[in-house]
Formats: sequence, C-alpha cells, structure tokens
Amino acid sequence: MSDIQSRRNLAYVRTEQVPAMPAPMSASGPVGWMRENLFPTPLNGLMSLIFGALLLYVVWITLDWSVFKAVWSGEDRSACIGDGAHGACWAMARAKFGQWMYGFYPFTERWRVNVVAIVGLLALVPMMMPSLPYKRINGIFLLGIYPILTLILLTGGHFDIGLSTWLTVGAFVAAIVIPILLLGFVAKIIEPVIAMVASAAIVAGVALLLIIMSIDFGLPFVETSKWGGLLLTLVVAVTGIVASLPIGILLALGRRSNMPIVKMFSVAFIELWRGVPLITVLFMASVVLPLFLPPGTSFDKLLRALIGVALFSSAYMAEVVRGGLQAIPKGQTEAAQALGLTFWQNMGLITLPQALKLVIPGIVNTFIGLFKDTVLVGIIGLYDLLLIVQAANTDQKWVAPQTHSTGFFFAAAVFWIFCFGMSRYSMFMERQLDTGHKN
Amino acid sequence: MKRTLLSLALGTAVSLAGISAASAGTLDDVKAKGFIQCGVSQGLIGFSNPDDKNNWTGLDVDFCRAVAGAVFGDGQKVKFTPLSAKERFTALQSGEVDILSRNTTWTMGRDTSLGLVFAGVTYYDGQGFMVKKSLGVDSSLKLDGASVCTQTGTTTELNLADYFRANNMKYEVVAFEKADEVIAAYDSGRCDVFTTDQSGLYAERLKLKNPDENVVLPEIISKEPLGPVVRQGDDAWFNVVKWTYFALLNAEEAGVTAANAGDMMANSTDPGVRRLLGVEGDFGKAIGLENSWAANAIKAVGNYGEMFDRNVGPETNLKIGRGVNALWNKGGIQYAPPVR
Repeated sequence: MSDIQSRRNLAYVRTEQVPAMPAPMSASGPVGWMRENLFPTPLNGLMSLIFGALLLYVVWITLDWSVFKAVWSGEDRSACIGDGAHGACWAMARAKFGQWMYGFYPFTERWRVNVVAIVGLLALVPMMMPSLPYKRINGIFLLGIYPILTLILLTGGHFDIGLSTWLTVGAFVAAIVIPILLLGFVAKIIEPVIAMVASAAIVAGVALLLIIMSIDFGLPFVETSKWGGLLLTLVVAVTGIVASLPIGILLALGRRSNMPIVKMFSVAFIELWRGVPLITVLFMASVVLPLFLPPGTSFDKLLRALIGVALFSSAYMAEVVRGGLQAIPKGQTEAAQALGLTFWQNMGLITLPQALKLVIPGIVNTFIGLFKDTVLVGIIGLYDLLLIVQAANTDQKWVAPQTHSTGFFFAAAVFWIFCFGMSRYSMFMERQLDTGHKN
Repeated sequence: MKRTLLSLALGTAVSLAGISAASAGTLDDVKAKGFIQCGVSQGLIGFSNPDDKNNWTGLDVDFCRAVAGAVFGDGQKVKFTPLSAKERFTALQSGEVDILSRNTTWTMGRDTSLGLVFAGVTYYDGQGFMVKKSLGVDSSLKLDGASVCTQTGTTTELNLADYFRANNMKYEVVAFEKADEVIAAYDSGRCDVFTTDQSGLYAERLKLKNPDENVVLPEIISKEPLGPVVRQGDDAWFNVVKWTYFALLNAEEAGVTAANAGDMMANSTDPGVRRLLGVEGDFGKAIGLENSWAANAIKAVGNYGEMFDRNVGPETNLKIGRGVNALWNKGGIQYAPPVR
C-alpha cells in the first residue's frame, strides 16, 4: 500500500492525461474547411475561384439594383425616371402593396381578409408541429369550420337561399343518403343503426350549412371579381392543394381496384385531365362552358377556375399516390387480410400510411407545381399576384423603366418564399416520419 | 344586389345577369339587373387600367361609364370585366359582358363574321414613329436611311416596308420577338426609330429612361380604328351605345361639358343643344331611355374632348395630341350625326 502511495508522489509521473492540442490552423476552422472543401486540388481551387467570383457578381448586381440604386419613396413615376431609372422602384411597390395583397377588395373590408389569414395561421401552425396536442380538434376546425368561415368572411355571407336552392341541394343529399339507407336496411351491408345515424348527420349538417350561409352577419357583399393579388393566388392554390390530395388518393385506389367500372372511370378521369394543358382547362371553364350553359345562366368565374384547377391537380396527385401504393409489398396487404382487417382498415392503417410517407417528395412537388401554376388564371382575367403586379406597368401614374422589373422581382420573391417554405416543411416531415427506409 | 348561393356554389344560376346571345333584349336586361357589365383590357395605359385606389380608369373605361350614365343616370352603375385578347369576343358572344370596350380594331372580318357589331370609333389609332429629339426629324418622310426597331411577325413590319417603299426611302430593320426587347433596344440606341401603333408609342415612351427626349412623329401610316363592340341583331342596345358615343361628340362640338351641362339644360337657347340635352323633343324616349340620357352621359364623364384629355391628353403623362381624333371642324375626323 505504502509502496503505491510513494509512487504517486513521484514528481515525474503524470497524474492526468495531457489535454489535446487544438488541431493546426490549416486543418480546422474556416481555413481548414476551405482547404478541404474549396481547394483540395488545383483544378477544384480554380473552379471555386471562378464560381465564387460569379456568385459574388450576381449577388452584387442584385443588391446594387434592388437596394443601393433603388428608389424608396416618391409620390409618382417622376421619382423613378431620369436619375432614378437605374434601380428598383420600391416607391411604386409601396403605393401598390395593398392592391398586390388584396386585389380590388374594398379598402374598408380588408380586415376580413386579415382575420381569415390570422385565424388560418393560428390553426395551421400548431397543426404542422408534431409535438403539439389537440390534432383531431384542430383538424376538424381546419377542414370543417375554417372553410365555411373563410367563405362567409370573404364573400360576406347572407346568401339568398330560395326554394330552388333547397330543392337542388336536397336532391344531391338524397342521392347520397338513399343509397346509404338502402345499404343499411335492404342490402344489410351496413349496420342499420349506423346508416340511420350517418344519414341524419348528413342531412343535419347540410341543413345547418345552408342556414349559416343565409344568416346576415351585416357584412357587405364582396363579389369574387374583386378578389385579387396574393389573396386570389392563395385561394386558388389552397383550394387546389386541399382538394387534390383526397380526390387523388381515391382516384389512385380506384385505378388499382378490381371493380371494372370504378377502374375504368378512374383511368379515364386521370388520363383525360393529364392529357390536356391547364391553360386549355381554364379556357374551357371560362370561355366555352358559358356557351353550353342555358341562356340566363351565370356561373362564378373564380369557382369555375377553382374546380378546373382542383380536378386537374387531382389527376396528377392520383399518379403520385399510385406510385407510392405500388412500392408497398403485397405481403403487407396479405398480412392485413390474414389479421381480418377489411379493405378500408387495411388501407387506412397499413398501406396508405406507408405509401404516402414514401411519396412525400412527389406530393409536395405537385403542390409546389400547382402553386406556381396558379398564375395561369391570369389568362382568364382573374387578377392573381403576377397579373396585378403587371398592371402597375400600365398605370400612367407609375409606369417607368423599372416598374416592370420591380414588380416581377417582388412577385418572384413572394413565390419563392412560399415554395421554399413548402419544400423545407416536406423535408422536416420526411425526417419526422423516417422509420428506417432511408439509407 | 341579389346574392345567390347557387350562382356561387352550385353554378346553376338564378342570377338575372345572364343574357342570351340571340335574344334582342340587352337594354331591358341591363335595366333589370341595374348595371352594365363592361369588358375592358387587363391593362393598357390610358385606355383601361386599375389605379392605386382600385378604380378603373381610361378612355375605354370612361366610355362604359358614359353608357351607364345614359341608361341609369349614374355613371357608377357599371362593372368591369378585364378580358385578355383571346377571350374578349367569346365573352361578348356568350353574354358574359354587355359591351366590349377594349381597344379592339374595327375590321371587316370582325364586323361581319363574329356575330358582333362595332358601334363607333372612340379612338383612331394607327402605326406611327418615335425618334429621339436629338435626331432633329419632324416628319416620317425625312427618315431615309434610318434603322427602325420593330417586333417580328406583326403587320407593323409589313406596313413599315410598304411605307418606305412607297416613299422611295431606304431603311434598316432591327426586329425583336418581344415588345419589351424592342423598347429596350431603342432606349439603348441600337436604332434611330421605334415603330408600333401610335397610342402604343406614347405608352412605351413612358418606359424610357428620359421620356422627354423622344418625340412621336405626327404621321400615321395605317388604319387602326378602335371602338366599342356589341352583339349583332340587338338593335335597341346597339342604338344606345352608338348614340351615347355620338352624344359625347356632339356635346364637345356644342361646348357642353360635365360642369355646364345642368346650366345649359336650364338656360341654353341653342335648339341643337336643347335637343341634345333632352329639353326639346323625345329623342331619349325613342331609344328607350330618359330624355335626359345625353345630359346624364355627359355629366358622368364629360364630353368626348374632356374624356380624351383626362385619360390620354396633353395634361396626362401620355401627352397624346388630338391629331385625327379632333372633331371634324377642328382638323380631325371625329364626326357625329346631329340629334334631330
């Protein structure tokens, strides 16, 4: 014991490890990183220099145009001509900003759009964060209550619901409810009690919806032709996105179905809509459809475009989802069947969750494509963000050499923010749901 | 205003807005629904565009307001449908708009084969030339040897060739695909002359770095009469639109303005003015309107000269002179039959 003790006291034996020296400057820190990544070989170094210079140049001219030489304030175009003609004309953007956001929505009613946007954000952000609770309630709010709230706030509600409306809607409801009741009481495929409850719920829901629609909340009516700018772009994009996913999933399932009529219908639908350009669809909806409708019939132009966009993107979505379904091995379905799961249980619990997870990049790709395709509605006279930005160039008060480019720069920035946001969120979701497929 | 859920949500509409293309009742339909649906351009400087305050402004827009004034006595009872060039005629044929006031050139083909009819010429346009002031040219006949910027594949290019050949002048064409490229090339000095429709020249001039250093030459070398269009076979409505236009011209000729129309109605002794303003005769009733129809149209937008000056005239940024659009007795070709 004392032997060891005495050895510890020896001065030339270290009691602890020597602290590691920091790596040499040439291998760590910014210098090391650059050596490793930018200048590992002479050729790579040269490339880095060339592309670095190019990048700096692009950044410089962009900043120079959009910031240093830009005109920030002014009453009219005189600020942006002559000496001011070399940089962005933000004075114009400031004067037009409200119009770019809301379109021709009346000034005094713009708060309604703000309410819709804020409520939407407050509901959507917690929905998008996986760690937060109350997903079910939030989902019901977002998909059930929020669209009605939006419709009433944006248009003003107080629809004139007459007898003919009740009869038409009643016919639609009957077309859904009667088969359910028949299936329940005659064919006995569904439990009679469930059929009764479902039918009652549908009837009550539709009636409640119509009554809410007809209530006068004292909001002035704002027709859809007054919607425009970012508001219109978002209405078209969000409607298309929200509608295309469920319809697309149903079409994808239909296309893989063994039932010949369902299969044929799905294939025909998908191939028809994928086979025509979106511009053609919009033209048909805007210009040709009114020629077919009986005289005296009018049909909201925005609604026509919305339906066209939603059906068009559904066809694309169907093919993306089908790609995911095909990637799921047959053994999964067979195992589910062996456990006694029904078709819908299998789809809802086993196959679709895996398939959709696999095709997140494809789904978001379609969403982003759809978001950018919304600018095509400009061709049928709807003032989306891009068209309303261009309208500044035909305003005598503001037209100047840089008006066009400033507007486009703004529109590009807005589109980029939305698309980049969607893209990043999809990558986040992929990581969240990654359960061992990634290498 | 009637709000139908159906027209919004289901599309099977009960709205009164619909008009059959074949029926002869646009005027009655317009009166019943209480406003005029007017098809305008999606954006054309001086002719139709939305301003900062969300109001539509421009010559084409004001003409629709004048018609609304004539029909309702209120120039604000009009709704504007912005239309692209491709959908404009179908929109009129299908009854989506009641009147198309969208810088549309009156040609025989359009007038005879589309089931539409032109009600007048609110602006005589035509191809012109713009040069730098420093060139010291005051007439397009002095452009011998000039290089001319133009757009490829348009009639502009053909007119240009014809004009220079007919006048025995040499020229060099510098053609581009897009209108923006043409104006940029002209601005950077790649050519001496820029040619397109004259109203377009004035508009494009605003996009130059130094607009005031450029001048539009007075000559017009082609015919582009722009005017409002209505459906064929609907004579009552056609008359209303046509005579609203004539009333604005007659008002300018007689010196009736938006400001003095009321005063003239009460005090004028000129029989022509009294007939125009509906103090004498039943001319308004004859076309299915109030006798004060013309006075109401003038009160809504002013006479033709006021409308022109407010939207495109010398006091605006466009600075377009009256030129051929002056009245017939002032050296132009704007001429209206009398109200008698």
